[in-house]
Amino acid sequence: VNVLFFGQIRETLEVDKINIDTPPKTVKALRLLLSQKNDQWRNVLNDKDILVAVNHTLCDDDMLIGKDDEVAFFPPVTGG
Amino acid sequence: LINKNINISIKVQSEDFNQHLEYQTLRERDVSQGAIVTFTGLVRDNNLGKTVTGLFLEHYPGMTEVSLQQIAAHAVENWQLGGVSIVHRVGLLGINDQIVFVGVSAPHRQAAFTACHFIMDYLKTQAPFWKKEFTDNSSSWVKARQSDTDAAQKWQE
Repeated sequence: VNVLFFGQIRETLEVDKINIDTPPKTVKALRLLLSQKNDQWRNVLNDKDILVAVNHTLCDDDMLIGKDDEVAFFPPVTGG
Repeated sequence: LINKNINISIKVQSEDFNQHLEYQTLRERDVSQGAIVTFTGLVRDNNLGKTVTGLFLEHYPGMTEVSLQQIAAHAVENWQLGGVSIVHRVGLLGINDQIVFVGVSAPHRQAAFTACHFIMDYLKTQAPFWKKEFTDNSSSWVKARQSDTDAAQKWQE
């Protein structure tokens, strides 16, 4: 699974994309896995305001993910 | 499917846009329409009491276009429209630069006004864009506003 980061999250984590060969089954599990990296990651990924999209569609923590999916974490949007 | 011939145009680009050309395209595309409402968003020189010198607009290539397309399609499903055109810029922008254009044509003004308003309210809270704001000596990511969330929420009532 490709995991993308945007905006302030991308800047804080200092990474825009990572690849996980054998991803966990859900967004929630992916969050937990990534949170284990360090305090910085845990703080960012546990932020309640953070949005998640799987294959370009906003979704919640229960969303199932597969090997070929694209998951993105980003802050609330501020375009327009 | 009364709306199958509706023309939806979505552009995400770093280049500036010509508001008049966008309007003319909407106008000439469908001569059965009697109203066009357009909105243009600009970079202000201030925000929350600070002097702003410019903006950086980040987006999520792929998802941003899909999201704008869905918002336009949603408008087309809800109001009788002729065409929808959305242009949103990304990258570095200066003071007074154009950020976003929304143009809607419809047989009558009410649907055009309402759909244009709806598209902007949804774009603000749904489309994956992020603004970073520059001041003379610092930069910071713009925080989402509750008033924008409230405005989008109203359409669901």
